[in-house]
Parts: sequence; C-alpha cells; structure tokens
Amino acid sequence: MSGERILVAKVGLDGHDRGVKVVARILRDAGYEVIYTGLFQTPETVAAAAVDEDADAIGLSMLSGAHMTLAPLVVEAVRARGADIPVILGGTVPDHDLDELKAQGVAAVLTPGTTAEDIIKEVQQVLDGTQVG
Amino acid sequence: MSSDTTSPREQWEQAFNASPTRDAEFTTLSGIPIDPVYGPEDGDFPGQYPYTRGPYASMYRSRLWTMRMFAGFGTAEDTNWRFKEIIKAGGTGLSTAFDMPTLLGLDSDDPMSLGEVGRCGVAVDSLSDMEDLYAGINLGEVTTSMTINSPAAVIFAMFIAQAEKAGVNRARLGGTLQNDILKEYQAQKEFVFPPRQSMRLVRDTIDFTSREMPRWHSVSISGYHIREAGSTAVEELAFTLANGFAYVELALAAGLDVDAFAPRLSFFFNAHIDFFEEIAKYRAARRIWARWMKERYGATDPRSMQCRFHSQTAGVSLTAQQPEVNIARTAIEALAGVLGGTQSLHTNSMDEALALPTEKAARIALRTQQVIAHETNVAHVADPLGGSYYVESLTDEVERQAEEIFAHLESLGNGSLLEGVITGIEENWFQGRISDSAYDLERRLNAGQRITVGVNDFQAGNEEDQIQLLRITNEDEQRQRKRLDTVRSDRNQDAVTEVLNRLRVEAEDPEVNLMPTLIEASHAYATVGEMMNTMAGVFGRHVEVPSI
Repeated sequence: MSGERILVAKVGLDGHDRGVKVVARILRDAGYEVIYTGLFQTPETVAAAAVDEDADAIGLSMLSGAHMTLAPLVVEAVRARGADIPVILGGTVPDHDLDELKAQGVAAVLTPGTTAEDIIKEVQQVLDGTQVG
Repeated sequence: MSSDTTSPREQWEQAFNASPTRDAEFTTLSGIPIDPVYGPEDGDFPGQYPYTRGPYASMYRSRLWTMRMFAGFGTAEDTNWRFKEIIKAGGTGLSTAFDMPTLLGLDSDDPMSLGEVGRCGVAVDSLSDMEDLYAGINLGEVTTSMTINSPAAVIFAMFIAQAEKAGVNRARLGGTLQNDILKEYQAQKEFVFPPRQSMRLVRDTIDFTSREMPRWHSVSISGYHIREAGSTAVEELAFTLANGFAYVELALAAGLDVDAFAPRLSFFFNAHIDFFEEIAKYRAARRIWARWMKERYGATDPRSMQCRFHSQTAGVSLTAQQPEVNIARTAIEALAGVLGGTQSLHTNSMDEALALPTEKAARIALRTQQVIAHETNVAHVADPLGGSYYVESLTDEVERQAEEIFAHLESLGNGSLLEGVITGIEENWFQGRISDSAYDLERRLNAGQRITVGVNDFQAGNEEDQIQLLRITNEDEQRQRKRLDTVRSDRNQDAVTEVLNRLRVEAEDPEVNLMPTLIEASHAYATVGEMMNTMAGVFGRHVEVPSI
C-alpha cells in the first residue's frame, strides 16, 4: 500500500484546518505520500492539482456545512478532466447527507470521531477499489 | 482610598461594601451562611492587584456572569428571530455569528461564496442586513458581541450606522468587537490582508472607540480558536496574552495613552474539559496580564490591569457519537468557567459536532448555565478554589510555562512583543506549535492513552437514532442573493463610487483613520465585499504557505 499519493484539500472558505492537518499526518505516518493544497481552494484548483500531481485519491476536509454544494463539484471537476480519482470527504457531515453524497460520486465519507485506524482502512479500501492493475 | 496600613482583607471589605449585592440567599441548602470570599487576612483577595482571584471585589455577588449565547444562521431575518428567542429565554447578551463569506469579507454573490451563504452564521452584505439583524432590539440596553475579524472595521462601521439610523447614539453602544486578527493567522485562518496592514485597521478601531465609544470593547483577544485549532491550555494562554501585549504595543506606538484604551480590551478563552487546568489558566491569565500591564506598559488605572474575559465551552470536545452526553461535557466545562471567574459565558449545544444547533438544543445549553447560576450556589463565593494546594500549584506552573513562551517571542522580536508575534506568524511558528499539539493529542487518543466516551470506549448506544439536526437549505442562499440584488439596485450608485474612491485614497495613507469613511460607506449601502476589495487593492492579500 505504501507510496500511494493522496492530495488533501480545503475547498471553499472554511479555515478550520486542524482536521486536515491531523489526517494528513496520520496518512503520512501510515506510509502514504501526502500533498496538502492549503486553504481556500476551488473545485477547479483541487481537480487540477490532483491531476498534475498524479494523485491516487483526493481527501476533502469540510467543516463549514458547504459539503453538499462543493464536494459534488469537485467530483465533477475531476471527471471533466477525464480523470478517475476517487474523492473522499471528511468533516462535519450529518448522516442525512450521506446517501446523496454517495449518489453524487463521493467515494467515502469520514464523519467526526473516525479513528486513525478506520481512516487508514477506509482510504485503503477506496484505493483498492479503484486501482487499475 | 484605603491607606497602606489597612490589611488586604480590610481593603477588600471596603470595596465589597461599596458594591451592589444581587437578590439571592447567600447560604448553603442547609442554611449555613456563606461569606463572599475565604482566605487569610493578609492573603490575595479578588478585586486587588494582581487580580488572581478575580477582577472585582464582589464578583458574582453583585451580578452573575452574562449568559451570552452565540447565534447566527441563514439571513438576517432568521437570526433576528433567534436573537429574540434568546432574550425571551433569559439570555442577557447577544453574540453574532457571521457566515464564512462575511467572515472573509465577500459578498453573497461572489463566486467563492457558493454553498457557504448563511451556513455557519448569518449573511451580512450591507447596512440593509444589519438593519434586519437587530430590528426591534434595543441596542442601548442589550450589549452585543460580534465575532468578526478580517472585516471587523467594516462590520463595526455598519453596526454603528445601523444603530444611528435607529436613533441610538454611538457613544451609548455597549458591546464587543472580536477584532483579533493575530489569532486568525495563527489558528482560525480567516484572514484577508497581510498581518501588518490588518494591524493598521485594528489600530484604527482602537483609536476610534477610545475617543468616541466609551462603552465599547475594541478587541476581544481570543484564545478560544487557538485552543480549538489544537493548542494546549498553556499555549492558548501564552499566545493569547502575547497577542494582547502586541495590541498594547501597537496602540502605544500610535501615540495612545495606555489607560485610554487598555480598559476596553477584553479576552475570550476556551472552557475545556480538563477542569482544574482550565481554572488555573484563568487565574494565571489575570495575574500575568495585571503584572505586565503595570510593570511593563506603565498602566496606572486598575481597569487597564484587570483581565476580563468571555468563555465558551470547547467545541472540539463535543462528539457526534451519543450527542446527549455532550450536555454533561458542556456543564462541566461551563462550571470551570464560572469557578474561574468568567464575565460572560456561551455554552455549546449537544448537536454542534454535526450542525448548527436547533432551538431546543440551544435552549438546553442556556438552561445548563441557569442551573449553575441558580441551583448550585457556586456563584456565592469568589474564587472558591483559591488556596487549594493543587489549583495554586497548577496556576503557578501554567504561569511559569507561559513566561517561557513570552521570552521566546520577545527574543524573536528583539525586545518587542508586537514584532515577535508578527515574526512568529510569518515564520509559521505558532501554526507549527498548534499543529504539533493537535497531532500529539490525536496520537494519545489513538493509542488509547486518553479516552473519549463514545469515541474510543463506551460505544454502546452509538447506533441509536440520531437527534434531530438543524437543516439549512440552499433557499437561504438564493434569498440572500435576491436581497443583495435589491440593495444594489435601490441605492445611489454615484454616492457609493465616490465614497469607495475616498476609501482607497485614505487607505494609501497609513496615518488616516479609516473608520469615519467606512461608516459613511455603510450609510451609502456599499457592501462588505466592495469595501474589502477597495482596501485589498491597496493592502494586498495574505496567502498562507501550506504546511502539514
């Protein structure tokens, strides 16, 4: 599993970066190569960075409640580039939004309280499910 | 005043007797009479330098803390309705949460605002929204707090314009502007302009309020967000007070007299789950602030030395699992704030790990404060833990560790805390410390060294149905955009252009105080985004170098 590249991103106006940084370190310590976009990205800049960096997955962190609008736009922007990079969403996402997010193409959602072990497990499952060859 | 020959207790007694007493029965449930404070004749007393035991002699015997509930969502009309509910339920102060676009100085129709309008606070684009936000609320009576930082000067100008239109003179307005830009770069990350340009706006607001608004707190120096971003209690305390010293040095450099502005600086701390450490933190904060203000900055007015603070229970301590348990966490944290002598308090709602609170959840949170205030009798005695071997020792240790951090920052700034703090921001020193502390705690949780109930132990019950959550629809965003369209089409565009041009010219001259022109622009219904963009054209925009 080691060496796969994960782009972690903050999209929109949400400045809460504790979660994204902690998750980035958890993934890095687990052997993934982690790239962090920094704050205030748009769906377009995230998709472009993921393609440019040849990322195997995108991790979006959203705590401002804008996930229903912005997460699907990231999925769309990735697909518009002809790429097949799974998008994993983490943050304050209520259960009632989960089905809709999956239907819009979000590969997995990590809700508050997810342990490090489960984060790594979920990410690896997503990577295994989409890797070609 | 009191002569040097009277004992600290006698001096305290004089001050206490001169203070009003609220209507309550100051006995235990069994009828045992309770003194307002306990301690040896020559010990420390509340209301006396260095104020470790509290800023006032009588503390909650005169007046309970202000139960100030933070609220804001959707449009100004939605939040105005919630404000009125809070007042009806017995809340004694208002606290305004703005949405992300407003916090970043963007209009609701900016492309970057998509999906964020009205989500985690109320959307304010122009004076028109301010008018609806506080409609029917007497701002001469209720104090108002506004959590806004990068665009603080703009939102404050709109608030003043709105009050004046409602017939309340600015000198009568009481409340607090958060206006603490330094912690934005360190922790909350809602910055717009670069640090030094932002500090000019902070200077303008301090200068303006010290001359024109004697009841207004110009900066609420906030550790809350530093802690939420992952710092330890000691870092929260030390970074916050260091930021406070930086604002003091900023105002002194602008030629203001320390006692002209320092009494209107206030603080905002987290009330976290480590009960005694939090109480020690508040006690150390008061002692350090008093000593630095007196000895280093030459304050002579006791009010300049008194650290007065708001506190809020810890959002990060809330769990999405078994959310009702959050009521217990919040109660314990709120109790720490009260035993630590807070001047005002916000209690989080049980559902806030996932969403903004429902009205019911917010009411339970307020009721939690009312239980502490009226049922437990803990407010009868000032600093009830003063003299505890444990709490006194912890207070000393927290203070000692904070002083080490001040020494580091002082050396970073070659003797200036203002320069040290800005350099620390520019070099990512604060940001790195906070991230390291956050990850350290996460590792201890994952290793099972710390337990969070419902998260890494005691999970039985996690599968039960979720509590009902507040839903904010995209309709609010549409409604807000329409409101903004109406404002833009109804206003006198020439007047807006003229005042924005003047704002740009004045922004180029660092000697000019921008507040009067921002108030004028507000009256002309210029939008938040228009004023911020005009200033960004002169000040530039801050970009953080991403680091994990």
